[in-house]
Amino acid sequence: MWEAIESNRRRSRVLIVLMGVILVTLGALIGATIGAAAGTATPEYEYTYSPRHAPVPRGVSPPQQGVFATLAADPGARVGAGWGALAAGAVWLLLWGLAVGRGESVLLSAANARRIEKADAPQLWNVVEEMTIAAGLPRMPAVYIIDDAALNAFAVGYRPERAAVAVTSGLLKRLDRDELQGVIAHEIGHIRNADARFMTLAAVMVGAIVLLAEVFLRGLRHVGRGRRSSSRGGGQAAAILLLITIVFAILAPLAAQLLYFSCSRRREYLADASAARFTRYPAALASALEKIERQAQPAEMYKALAPLLIVNPLDGGLTGLWSTHPPTRERIRILRSMGDAGFAAYEQAYRQTTGRRACVGARTLAAADAAPLREPPPPPAPAEAAQRARDVGALLDRVGNFVVIGCACGVRLKLPPGDAQTQVTCPRCGRTHAVPAAEALAVPAAALAARRKAPPPMRYRRRGGGWESFKCACGNPLQIGPAFSAPALRCAKCGGRIEVVPPGAA
Amino acid sequence: MTSVGIALLIVLGLVVVVLLWVVGVYNGLVRLRNQVKNAWAQIDVQLKRRHDLIPNLVETVKGYVGHERGTLEAVVAARTRAVSAQGLEQQVKAEGELSQALGRLLMLVESYPDLKANQNFLALQEELSSTENRIGFARQHYNDSVMTYNTRIQTFPPNVIAGMFGFHELPFFEVDSAAERQAPQVKF
Repeated sequence: MWEAIESNRRRSRVLIVLMGVILVTLGALIGATIGAAAGTATPEYEYTYSPRHAPVPRGVSPPQQGVFATLAADPGARVGAGWGALAAGAVWLLLWGLAVGRGESVLLSAANARRIEKADAPQLWNVVEEMTIAAGLPRMPAVYIIDDAALNAFAVGYRPERAAVAVTSGLLKRLDRDELQGVIAHEIGHIRNADARFMTLAAVMVGAIVLLAEVFLRGLRHVGRGRRSSSRGGGQAAAILLLITIVFAILAPLAAQLLYFSCSRRREYLADASAARFTRYPAALASALEKIERQAQPAEMYKALAPLLIVNPLDGGLTGLWSTHPPTRERIRILRSMGDAGFAAYEQAYRQTTGRRACVGARTLAAADAAPLREPPPPPAPAEAAQRARDVGALLDRVGNFVVIGCACGVRLKLPPGDAQTQVTCPRCGRTHAVPAAEALAVPAAALAARRKAPPPMRYRRRGGGWESFKCACGNPLQIGPAFSAPALRCAKCGGRIEVVPPGAA
Repeated sequence: MTSVGIALLIVLGLVVVVLLWVVGVYNGLVRLRNQVKNAWAQIDVQLKRRHDLIPNLVETVKGYVGHERGTLEAVVAARTRAVSAQGLEQQVKAEGELSQALGRLLMLVESYPDLKANQNFLALQEELSSTENRIGFARQHYNDSVMTYNTRIQTFPPNVIAGMFGFHELPFFEVDSAAERQAPQVKF
């Protein structure tokens, strides 16, 4: 297992360095282009020419010197290249810092994932904990749920201590315990193999390259419109440099993405192999993948997350160099044809299915032995699936702060959070129900978030003993009467606690 | 510089490289051995978890299976033996018996539909089956760690260093009964 991580790390380093070279080259080229353009546009650069180089007469292109020699001699280009490379590095560092510091929460909130505790979904929680033990992770990852009918899951976490696993509610509804275990094992495999960290790093690299190229190409359009007249004859070398830079700026993001995708696909196979080893039951993951593959194509929100998900939702059957995930059918075939649950068996199945070789690192293979498969469980009772769907529905209601009212005719009325009406009518029998006051607090999402952050305790000192109005820190007007004697009250809007101090007290 | 000096420098360099390598391998072995120890501790944690669950289970089931006390008492007795077991061999045996007693109890539950509809029991059932899984996965992880460690100290060249510093092969976790050897799976 450790060897798998080691070889992953080595490969990742090579990849990051390659991307770094692309990034810095791009920065340097852009810098040189800008520098050269500035150099030919302002005459003062003629004074800074080094005497060792023959001064290039303005307006005439040097016949005996190559383009690059001219550029090398152009201090504007040289200084520009240096600054450009530095700026590229700075952009990368900035994005990297962001990803390391807040990457997990950004990704999770982008997917609209909600954190759950054990009481919310005991089975999911147990499965995650079981796989944590099987993988020997030092700590159990946080568990998140996404309210989405699509079947998917992903893992994030720059460090294993901050790792998190997120699954969609559709996945919870449709998969049985063993299949869920397979999917979670795959995600835990990503965490264990340090994929989540690597993918974050690589995504940031790609992001920096795309950003730089985009800014340059856009800026170029802008400048080109404004100062077409400023290009003079002496800029022939600069013009060629400009052309090279444009080509590079178009190609660099593509190259970076290709590198990223190829690495991502490889890691999917490795996570599958890890999942088989953790669960000793590859057939469960295969069957989960089959269910996931049959689902409808989901929404756009997954675009940023695509490489992290268990199955890429955006590939419409079209796979190859441009996909983050290997074809799901191929993964299923490999898992189904495994002789036992060890890495060696996965490697063999991989070779047989794809005709390619070396998926698992050689040192891992040397250390691994046969791992016996688990017996398939008896087929689940049909009632189980329906019950699971109800449980997941109830879980989502709890997590999403829905108000649920049971009508006497058997209908369950669900009110979304923030719904401020005081009574509802049952659509079937027409009975009206009062929305319980405590639950109809009209909790908007923002107030909920504020409540979770636990607002600082507020104090209100009573002026006298009569009716008094004041405002909560959230702006909600509150009123207390002469009969009010409690030591504190709760704001109905933000939920914050306000201490009420009698007039004479210290 | 004389040729003797250069030769000395080269030898010194080689010695430094070898020393660094030895340190690296030694640290790697220590890390693997700690991983094994950790995995072993994890098995104990999960066994303890199972012991803690049983009183709860017995309490829930008691009201429903009144006239088949024998099975219930067998579980309680097996738990007591497992908790107080001394030494590895005895512990493995006691835990195996506990697993079997639990299996019989849960088989018995099949014939009590009321019990199977009890929310409290359903929650316990998930906890219990998860605990069985955890014990199985903890053992599996222990064996995986032992295998990695043993392979490392048997292969050349780390075996030289393992021999020098007294790293010995560690035993696998073997389960005696055929029922226990099967994958952890409590189905209800």
